[in-house]
Amino acid sequence: MKNEAYVFLFVGIFFGLAGLVYWLWSHEDAGSVMLLGTFLLGCVPGSYYLWWSRRMPKRPEDNPDATLEDGAGVVGAFPGSSIWPFVLGLGATFVAAALVFGAWTLGVGLFLAVSALVGVVYESRRGGLV
Amino acid sequence: MTVLAERPVSFAEAPEPHHEHGPSGFLKWVTSTDHKVIGKNYTVTAVIFFLLAGAMAMLIRAQLANPDSTLLSQHTYNEMFTMHGSLMIYLFVGPVAFGGLANYIVPLQIGAPDMAFPRLNALSYWLYLGGGLLMMTGFLTTGSAADFGWVAYAPLSNSINTPGAGPDLWIVALILTGFSAIFTGVNLVSTIYYLRAPGMTMFRMPIFTWNMLVTGILILIAFPVFTSALVFLWCDRHLGAHIFEVQGGGVPVLWQDLFWFFGHPEVYILALPFFGIVTDVIAVFSRKPIFGYRGMVFATISIAALSTSVWAHHMFTTGVVLLPFFSLMSYLIAVPTGIKFFNWIGTMWRGSVKFDTPMLFCIGFLGTFLVGGVSGILLASPPIDFATHDTYFVVAHFHSVVMALVMGAFAGFFYWYPKMTGRMLREGLGKATFWLMFIGTNVTFDPQYLLGLKGMPRRIAEYAASDGYTTLNRISSVGAAIIFISVAIFVVNVVVSWWNPIPAGDNPWDAATLEWATTSPPPHHNFLKIPPIRSRRPVWDYNHPEDRILDHAHKPRLGELVAAGGGTAVLLDEIGFDGEDGAGSREPDR
Repeated sequence: MKNEAYVFLFVGIFFGLAGLVYWLWSHEDAGSVMLLGTFLLGCVPGSYYLWWSRRMPKRPEDNPDATLEDGAGVVGAFPGSSIWPFVLGLGATFVAAALVFGAWTLGVGLFLAVSALVGVVYESRRGGLV
Repeated sequence: MTVLAERPVSFAEAPEPHHEHGPSGFLKWVTSTDHKVIGKNYTVTAVIFFLLAGAMAMLIRAQLANPDSTLLSQHTYNEMFTMHGSLMIYLFVGPVAFGGLANYIVPLQIGAPDMAFPRLNALSYWLYLGGGLLMMTGFLTTGSAADFGWVAYAPLSNSINTPGAGPDLWIVALILTGFSAIFTGVNLVSTIYYLRAPGMTMFRMPIFTWNMLVTGILILIAFPVFTSALVFLWCDRHLGAHIFEVQGGGVPVLWQDLFWFFGHPEVYILALPFFGIVTDVIAVFSRKPIFGYRGMVFATISIAALSTSVWAHHMFTTGVVLLPFFSLMSYLIAVPTGIKFFNWIGTMWRGSVKFDTPMLFCIGFLGTFLVGGVSGILLASPPIDFATHDTYFVVAHFHSVVMALVMGAFAGFFYWYPKMTGRMLREGLGKATFWLMFIGTNVTFDPQYLLGLKGMPRRIAEYAASDGYTTLNRISSVGAAIIFISVAIFVVNVVVSWWNPIPAGDNPWDAATLEWATTSPPPHHNFLKIPPIRSRRPVWDYNHPEDRILDHAHKPRLGELVAAGGGTAVLLDEIGFDGEDGAGSREPDR
């Protein structure tokens, strides 16, 4: 888990330094704010991964000598076929179209999106481990 | 229904394949959450957008083939170059890489049963398709499609200068595809962090997977900025927010800041996946391990970091940006990119190179990208940029870059098509595609450098015969026709492989990475059996047990770290033992 953390921390450190230099040199607001945001985008997940990497046992995928038996068993629960992503995507498209054509597609879009959200939740309950 | 994926334990005894009991046909297309189906959907959709955008490019070149041309009206011409750029950048080059090829290949390369969030993955595709269709709907509206260029600069993009539904459709379509890309980025990073097979450490991942990890992070950096900027723009147009308008106290240049903070990383979101493809393909067809693996990884991460701190080099002529900072950072990108070129050539060096179609496209990529990259270094110099800004020199520069990426996409497509379909593409037709595309690219875009230096501005629908642009423009249009023929041959190739298939087998290229351990096409949940992962080339190790195994556990890493900054130490270090046994010595590992 350490290398995963370092990738994000590198992003944080680089943009921390770049942002600092940029702000001191240019005093320009928009770019400095965006670089600050990128600094946080690197630091927050990076420090979280680092925090976990010290508290969890080494995973088989982090161990160069791990055998396939070490990782045997259930990898995870994966949903099978589901219509709801399509319905949600269609709903989102109709909602977006409402921003152009006015409110008449908004009703259709919201109906599809809400039913998709409800459908996904029920599907997950039925399926178990998702 | 939820399916529990079990990790297959041994390579020798494969269990009976368990088939997915899902729907088939149209319903499968609509309901599948399998990354392979979604990856294919993405690839096919993106290629259709590519063909549409290519047709628009043909119209543009037909218009410019003659002086005082009246083939297209000024307004139609504006629509054409806007939609050509938008389709190519937002709906083809990016999605075909991170939605299509990466979606299909990354889980296979790390031994995962699927992406980490399969239903989110499906949602990404539907948002992408919905956004793409909305953008195309602009052609059906009375005011016609968006016509403010693919960059939509304020104040040209406000409701007074470009009124109508077409520009609005363009904006909301890109909000949808923006969310789609962000979801894909989250999915890629999570999959690579949490679903690797035992023994697949970070520094054993294929370079393509590494590059997709970095691309995922770049997507998370860049796309939220763009998506929110589009929301601002919509508010400006409809709610009178005046964020980008001087009248209400807004700042038009802020749009350029926000756009290019997305736009420049976007260039590398487009480029990094193809760098990864090229790295893997060159290694396979040189029958050698990747030269300077760690140097490659560090170069990728440095390119990504630098690319996000150079956005304002697109804005030199606005007069409000810090020229030395952005010029310096832009020059610096040449260093990690140079390391990549060095390592690509190092991988080929003293290998037994086979010139199959994917390898030819990689070599075409190297040449074309070099031209685009070097002209980019010229443009990073503010005095040169002031002289050539908004001329055809810039157009030629970025088309050299992007055509190189298209060749990388074709390399990946020819390389992985057997894995995705179980069929081979025809070599002869593939080579014809390559040569015509390579020649066509140079004939089309090399004259445009000269046109730019002669002062021909971008985005003009016509020029006078007395301007002296005619001959070069004609040559350029002929080149575009050659590219068109090459793409047509590619389509024929796919159709032929469909009508009269040549079965591919599991590993037609004798490749080394994990996706070639499974069947072609892979079964539901990808692997019935996984070879032991003891190096960066698990499949090669399994298929070539006679290969000498070198244990470099105590090899100093400093050399490769220096390579990320200099490149010479790693040369001495690696040629020393790679050169001796040519094909197939083991890469140092751990």
